Amino acid sequence: MSTVPPVPGVEIGGLVKRYGQTTAVDGVKLSAARGAVTGLLGPNGAGKTTTIEICEGYRRADQGTVRVLGLDPVRDARALRPRVGVMLQSGGFPPSVPAAEYLNLLSRFHAHPIAVPVLLDLVGLTPVARTAYKRLSGGQQQRLSLAAAVIGRPELVFLDEPTSGLDPQARHATWDLVGELRSAGVSIILTTHFMEEAERLCDHVAIIDHGQLVAAGTPEQLTGTVGQLRFRAEAGLDVDSLLAALPPASLAKESPAGHYVIEVHGAVDPRLLAAVTAWCADRGVLANSLLIESRTLEDVFLELTGKELRP
Amino acid sequence: MTVFTPAPGAAPLRRMIAAQARLETRTLLRNGEQLLLTLVIPLLLLAAFGLEPLVNFDAGMSRIDFLTPGIIALAVMSTAFTSQAIATGFERRYGVLKRLGATPLSRTGLIAAKTATVIAVELLQGALILLVALAIGWRPDASPAAVAVAPLLILLGTAAFSGLALLMAGTLRAEATLAGANLVYVVLLGVGGVVFPLTKFPAGARPVLELLPTGALSAGLRDVLQQGGAFPAGNAITLAVWAAAAITLAARMFRWE
Repeated sequence: MSTVPPVPGVEIGGLVKRYGQTTAVDGVKLSAARGAVTGLLGPNGAGKTTTIEICEGYRRADQGTVRVLGLDPVRDARALRPRVGVMLQSGGFPPSVPAAEYLNLLSRFHAHPIAVPVLLDLVGLTPVARTAYKRLSGGQQQRLSLAAAVIGRPELVFLDEPTSGLDPQARHATWDLVGELRSAGVSIILTTHFMEEAERLCDHVAIIDHGQLVAAGTPEQLTGTVGQLRFRAEAGLDVDSLLAALPPASLAKESPAGHYVIEVHGAVDPRLLAAVTAWCADRGVLANSLLIESRTLEDVFLELTGKELRP
Repeated sequence: MTVFTPAPGAAPLRRMIAAQARLETRTLLRNGEQLLLTLVIPLLLLAAFGLEPLVNFDAGMSRIDFLTPGIIALAVMSTAFTSQAIATGFERRYGVLKRLGATPLSRTGLIAAKTATVIAVELLQGALILLVALAIGWRPDASPAAVAVAPLLILLGTAAFSGLALLMAGTLRAEATLAGANLVYVVLLGVGGVVFPLTKFPAGARPVLELLPTGALSAGLRDVLQQGGAFPAGNAITLAVWAAAAITLAARMFRWE
């Protein structure tokens, strides 16, 4: 038997979606590999949910192509629905029906579902199995929604903000579960605005803003272009003279007072570290908490999408 | 091989429809307000108006013989229209319909499940109404024609009311559907020939009231069950037109979210 390379989980090209005068998605291009975790990042209103809902077949694209597992999400919905799991951002459950009872219903829609008690255990909802949906906490509702997305043992899942509203314990449990899905070979597309989550979970991220793709790559590719060296010392050191001692195209600033940051293109090398400590030694300054790191994804995200608040 | 190893596949359609219908039926029967509309009010009206001369029917038949077909029409309206419109309106509002749209259960399958739910509740209503009415002294015409035609009229009425329910639930806000469906229930209870004979209304209003689905259903049922009518063609056509129009409009205008 020949092994044909599998079609991508999701392939989007030139996607445009307008609502009246506003263009919610404006030419987004994305390829999500099979068996990988792909993150769609962006501020509120960036077009993440619209993009994902077009992939789920809820909305039609105005322009561009969208293929999910090689198929058209609207035309081939019938073939796709058993193969794709969907976690909506909120709601989707009748308020008075107990968690286990609704999962039982959803399990009957599938040929080889995960057994409901096993699934309840995996998402930590066994103690509230007989509790009506409306009496579950926000985090429990969120985990029930995740359970509903995976119950049919899909090949691909769309998770729209899977950890918003979760406490740290539940967030870590959800991250573990996403990891297990990935190990089992499930393709995962998720949206989030938690950069720590994207850094931990995603093999590949795409940052979109104002409906446009502004960056894409592995988290390492996105964060690795700038190295940072941070230290603490007395406030008010002469940053300009420090800068003069560093390789060209470096950046040095004091922010906030007593916290110094030096940024260079590429990685921080031993020579730079030596230059900084020599400069400190010359002035009798002790550099405390000296730390060498690359930028975080959050730094990259804020640089690309700006700091102004979104509606 | 883990519990998450992909093994996708849809269940057989019949199993999906049966599961959805069972859950919807259970949910309805656990809902107090829905039970009030579909069981308590029809049975209370049947018992109260059947036992006490609260209204002078003056229709050439006994009180209970006049009432029972009207109460059956009310029961059909309460389940197929009022209860279904309210339940579906809130399912739409809570995103339940949206979420179901992402499962292997197709829209056709969902409509089939809703229809099965309505029919299951109607069978329960029918059994209880029959018991109470017979106990009070109801004497229907049990000719083969009546036994065949009455269920047909009930099916046509169910189709018409279901179409109207989905049209309302799929286009209005859930609160508006709740208010509107209850209002229609009360108004048609009054002017649909359920407990007050249409002969009590001005002569000019009567033909119009018989064109309303509740009036057509109660009049048609009374015709076959009490008056030895073979087939109330006018009432049947009225119901069929309502059903065709409402279902066509609902199919076009229904918004799933």
